[in-house]
Amino acid sequence: MYLTTSRKTPEIRTGPGVRARAGRIGANVLALGIVSMVTDVSSEMVTAVLPLYLVAGLGLSPLQFGFLDGLYTGMTALLRLAGGHLADRWQRRKAVACAGYAISAASRLALYAAGSSVPALGAALAADRAGKGLRTAPRDALIALSAPPDQLGRAFGVHRALDTTGAMLGPLAAFGLLTATAGAYDSVFVVSTCVGVLGVVLLVLFVRDQRRPVPAAGAVSPAAALALLAAAPFRRLCLAAIVLGLATISDAFLYLLLRQEFGLPAQYFPLLPLGTAASYLLLAVPFGRLADRIGRRTMFLAGHGALLAAYGVLLWPRSGTGTWTTFEQWPRTSPAVYAAGAAVLLLHGIFYAATDGVLMAAAATLLPAHLSGSGMALLQTGQALARLCASVAFGALWTLWAARSALAAAALALALAAGIAVLLLPRTPPKDRL
Amino acid sequence: MNTRIRLALAAAATLALATVGGVYTVHAAGRAAAGQAPDRQRSSGSGDRGLVLDATGQLVYRNIAGNVAGVPVADPTAPPVVSGLRCARFSAAHGTGICLTQPGALGTSDAVVLDAALKPIRRIPLGGIPSRARVSASGRMISWTVFMRGDSYLSTGFSAGTSILDTKSGQLIANIETLALTKDGKQYYSPDVNYWGVTFAADDNRFYASLSTKGKTYLVQGDLANWSARTVRENAECPSLSPDNTRIVFKKRVRASADKPWRLYVLDLESGTETPLAETQSIDDQALWLDNETVAYARSGVGDLDPSQVAGANPAGVDVGPAAHWDIYSVPADGSGSPQLLVPGGSSPTLLR
Repeated sequence: MYLTTSRKTPEIRTGPGVRARAGRIGANVLALGIVSMVTDVSSEMVTAVLPLYLVAGLGLSPLQFGFLDGLYTGMTALLRLAGGHLADRWQRRKAVACAGYAISAASRLALYAAGSSVPALGAALAADRAGKGLRTAPRDALIALSAPPDQLGRAFGVHRALDTTGAMLGPLAAFGLLTATAGAYDSVFVVSTCVGVLGVVLLVLFVRDQRRPVPAAGAVSPAAALALLAAAPFRRLCLAAIVLGLATISDAFLYLLLRQEFGLPAQYFPLLPLGTAASYLLLAVPFGRLADRIGRRTMFLAGHGALLAAYGVLLWPRSGTGTWTTFEQWPRTSPAVYAAGAAVLLLHGIFYAATDGVLMAAAATLLPAHLSGSGMALLQTGQALARLCASVAFGALWTLWAARSALAAAALALALAAGIAVLLLPRTPPKDRL
Repeated sequence: MNTRIRLALAAAATLALATVGGVYTVHAAGRAAAGQAPDRQRSSGSGDRGLVLDATGQLVYRNIAGNVAGVPVADPTAPPVVSGLRCARFSAAHGTGICLTQPGALGTSDAVVLDAALKPIRRIPLGGIPSRARVSASGRMISWTVFMRGDSYLSTGFSAGTSILDTKSGQLIANIETLALTKDGKQYYSPDVNYWGVTFAADDNRFYASLSTKGKTYLVQGDLANWSARTVRENAECPSLSPDNTRIVFKKRVRASADKPWRLYVLDLESGTETPLAETQSIDDQALWLDNETVAYARSGVGDLDPSQVAGANPAGVDVGPAAHWDIYSVPADGSGSPQLLVPGGSSPTLLR
């Protein structure tokens, strides 16, 4: 069993005739980043208009759709594990990722063809999530295998920055199209499918698979993936990610808190995710590079510090936004509220920039190359399920107590989780930085 | 394959896909433009007077192109007067109108308060997708509901936000969820409370609305001056008060599944008796009382419209695409009779009395 960190050649072939050199982003990482960006434009186009399409276009009640979410989350988790496993087993990371991208692209047309049939819409949405689940682990494994170990933070930073750029451009493209065509949703679905197909074409043409010899029968199996947890460094990383995930409230809650606790006017609500995304995409590369220098452990923990700070800003005592009970007492929004809201979004973006790609970079150095997909899928799934639990628990606390008390509990839990993570993640000499 | 061939292939694929997307978009835009061409929409039979909101006997609605149009309620097959105003949802009474605009970039829209000449007098930015709009009979109180995204425990759920505007004082309540709520006789608080579909009584103080909490829906009666509300009964959504304020038409959930879940019912407020109406299709609308005996509502029709049916709104037989559309139907409020097609391609009906 050899580790990705102990590959014999420090130079990695990343494309025909292209060799990654220190100080340059590998062509393969860039290609994967661009494929993700194009795919995110495609998927976010549909995500942005879907509620509008269902409600205004098809006349379905939005309350008819909420219940599918839990199902999707579970399914995505399972498929992510399957995607990682198949990619390792066949040593065909590119092919498995490609299948995932293709399924998602095809689902956009299916979504339109479904019309107002609720089961067909559900099936098309499920196909989209299935494609996403399938491709994530092989793609991250490919990124990990396409960059030198001391530049993994940067490589993941570049990928996440491009990915987030696509996620920001998608909604703009979709609403631009809707404006230009006076509300022809079909044009959004058709263009989104075209963009999705372009992503697949770019993947096929420019992404180079990182194939290792196909492992012996039994070397890649669900049992072997679980056995990865027997190695202390990876087990500790997974545990830290899960413990911190259990204290991470979902984006939706954070935006809801901003709106309700700060009395932020409702028209800014759709803009809140853009604030997080802007801060994330600007900081992903610098923080990835910084993580390569100061250590991924430090960066990962500091990122959760930023999240804790965001909770703190939300909990800061304020005057004038208390509950009001009569018709005449509608509170006004002060400039300080906007400043505090901007600070929360900045910190939220810092949290993602310092933790998302950095965690994968940290994992990459701990996983054997032939199980990198399985290992990453395991880590991502553990983290995703922990966050789902956190969401459910936070929702229950919110209902039981009140928003502020629930948030105070989350902040306490996060501080505690960070303390546990500090103990779990050992300080390592700079040479073998986590 | 060398790099040059790859780049050439990528360029060719980009070009081909851009052509497909571009041609389709131009086609879709042309289809929409044809549907909106003003010379095809202006009705010659309406005289010089355009659409006004202080007229009487006019059934005003949103036509299939999204424009606000009007026909005499006594003769809905007459050529409609089509205004240039485009709305996702519209309501009007006594010289006051409310237009919830189609969501634009970033998915936000506006609530636009209109005077009798359809001139905007106040614009309120909204944070969601327009759903319901209502003006009180006097024209003084306005309420609207939008659906907001991501506003739930799991990231892609929805919630409803309802606002009330008093046009006399200018007072705007952005979200009425702070109403002091009494549920089943007890004071009730839950952060998951959602209100939608307000209908005002003749005194401009009392109102009815739907409420959801913990997976159940209720009809509530509210009091603006007291800033309070109490639940009246379970499973009654999108209420609409009759002109004599004695009955409410509402949609009742009759199937738990997401497929065709609602039927229209009329509730007698005095006796509490419910009467199912003769409409057997699932209706998702806040209905309108044409008089004390008849209600009108938008019913979704799947498939292409028969162009010959669409008076004025779509005279050129423009392809409106395979997406579902709405038609306005009417049905007797006592459960008798059968639904009658009133305005093909219409939605958001409102009656100027």
